[in-house]
Amino acid sequence: MRLPKAKGQVALAVGVIGLAAVVWHQTTAIPVSPIYARIGPTVFPTMVAAGLFVVGLMLLWQALRGGWQTEEDQDQSPVDWHALGWVLAGLVLNVALIKPFGFTLASVLLFACVAHGFGSTRPVRDAAVGFVLAGGTYFGFSRLLGLDIGTGLVERLF
Amino acid sequence: METLAALLHGFEVAISPINLLWALVGVTLGTAVGVLPGLGPALTIALLLPITYKVDAIGAFILFAGIYYGAMYGGSTTSILLNTPGESATIITAIEGNRMARNGRGGAALATAAIGSFVAGSIGIIGLTFLAPVIVEFALRFGPAEYFALMVLAFVAVSAVLGNSTVRGLTSLFFGIFLGLIGVDLQTGQPRFTFGLLELLDGINVIVVAVGLFAVGETLFLAARHRYGQDEIIPVRGSIWMTAEDWKRSWKAWLRGAAIGFPIGAMPAGGAEVPTFLSYFVEKKLSPKPEEFGHGAIEGVAGPEAANNASATGVLVPMLTLGLPTSATAAIMLSAFQSYGINPGPLLLQNQPALVWGLIASLYIGNVMLLVLNLPLIGLWVRILAIPKPLLYGGILVFATIGTYGISQSVIDLVLLYLIGGVGYLMRRYDFPTAPAIIGMILGPLAEQEFRRAMQVSQGDPTVFLTHPLSATLLAIAVLVVAAPQVYRFYRRNRPPRD
Repeated sequence: MRLPKAKGQVALAVGVIGLAAVVWHQTTAIPVSPIYARIGPTVFPTMVAAGLFVVGLMLLWQALRGGWQTEEDQDQSPVDWHALGWVLAGLVLNVALIKPFGFTLASVLLFACVAHGFGSTRPVRDAAVGFVLAGGTYFGFSRLLGLDIGTGLVERLF
Repeated sequence: METLAALLHGFEVAISPINLLWALVGVTLGTAVGVLPGLGPALTIALLLPITYKVDAIGAFILFAGIYYGAMYGGSTTSILLNTPGESATIITAIEGNRMARNGRGGAALATAAIGSFVAGSIGIIGLTFLAPVIVEFALRFGPAEYFALMVLAFVAVSAVLGNSTVRGLTSLFFGIFLGLIGVDLQTGQPRFTFGLLELLDGINVIVVAVGLFAVGETLFLAARHRYGQDEIIPVRGSIWMTAEDWKRSWKAWLRGAAIGFPIGAMPAGGAEVPTFLSYFVEKKLSPKPEEFGHGAIEGVAGPEAANNASATGVLVPMLTLGLPTSATAAIMLSAFQSYGINPGPLLLQNQPALVWGLIASLYIGNVMLLVLNLPLIGLWVRILAIPKPLLYGGILVFATIGTYGISQSVIDLVLLYLIGGVGYLMRRYDFPTAPAIIGMILGPLAEQEFRRAMQVSQGDPTVFLTHPLSATLLAIAVLVVAAPQVYRFYRRNRPPRD
């Protein structure tokens, strides 16, 4: 019962230790001028690397001893890959399309994917709501706050 | 007297029509995001940070403070009617208040929460008004070593006290400090952790991190467990006017809650959970009917809600006087100060009296607005709860995207946002607190600056932190906060059982 759960926690702990290694490695890549040798730009990063390493080891130790989350702690039901998959698909689409298609259109797709992931069965309504929302925020940000979000296919119509 | 004159001037600032409007927008927006599960004041203020380019500092901070306050009022509504605590500080309200709602006393629960928040908030603001100048007086004598020690204490306290585990809190903290280190080192001009990406030279924007952790991470987490658990909204039944007995049982709990919440919030450790739990415990002890606790005792809502609000006001004390944020929201407000080129700290009160006192005065005004907005309009707020989840989370992600993409139009920022969202998902899934990451990211660079300053003054002698009595004391407390519980647990585990 406990094993599959702790497996994730072991992986996470190893990930934290891995991050410590990356931070350490990148710290050694920072060139240090001898004037700052003692209190230079690497002192704090070194502390962070050491800190991450220590907490990573402690997490690993906890994970190997059965993990820190018990059955009652949290509802550890298996991941709903269908819902998560749709949300992730929306995010990937958004990253891919926001430059070529513009903010509004990419947002409508994101909105529709997320809504579908969360169980909506009305894609047309979702797209319409997403359009109004994205158009509204676009207008608010670009006209009222003066932020330039770039123009895509839809934005040029305004 | 000086304080009162300054406060009076603050009211002159806050009462100008445009600032009143900012306060109204802030408290309304704050209540709405507080009511919506999954949104919070930290996320909302992060998304609104771009207005610091357009709006003057006073207006922006009045808006942010309104959101901060309003979200607490809204959060209690959700915990009472939905039994889903919007944030950890309302866990108790979710237990006791939801019981009351199920017993048909939802109206009274909402009323005692709102009025208690108002009473405690007012007490907290009065405390802030008079305590802030005193602390400033004291803090003016701090040197870099003291500041660094104070920040270390705040780091340790928010990581160890907030959340359930010191190790996980510290993991989150170190991750945040790491994110804060990315970019060009301001003292030497060396790029750090940029991995060869030009976009990272300026560092990662705090908006990307806050929105990623709070909005994207939360949405992914909810999607992953979408099939399980539908929340049931309990309709408001019972009059929102409290009976004489409700008043009698509530008012002492409000005052005690405020007395517990404000000092704990004002400490550099901060955190709203501890005072709410403490207040609940105290009320249960003092109540003539302790058997009602767990079944909908009104004191169990009144006390913790008051404590929550008072401690949130208390958090503004170290924030405004020392530049020391002890909650995620306060940390994001600190970064708003930075984007105006203002450094919160003891000099803030001298250099920007109109800003500080205007902000404090607007808290008084916002608190009154919230009381008026919340109770009579409760039906409206409940309706927000009924927004279908698919539309709500679709909307959250669209806002998250525009908030990030809009500031830089960089696809790299968008990728970073989603990656940090992935980290946020793992943190939620494996029960890591997110606030230390935000605080570490914003306070980390400042701590490094003070550290290097102190070391420069001492010509590289690291004992400077231990030879200054105040800094040594603060560091000793920090070590105690981390070590004491572990040592205690170790001792308990290894002690032979008495028989």
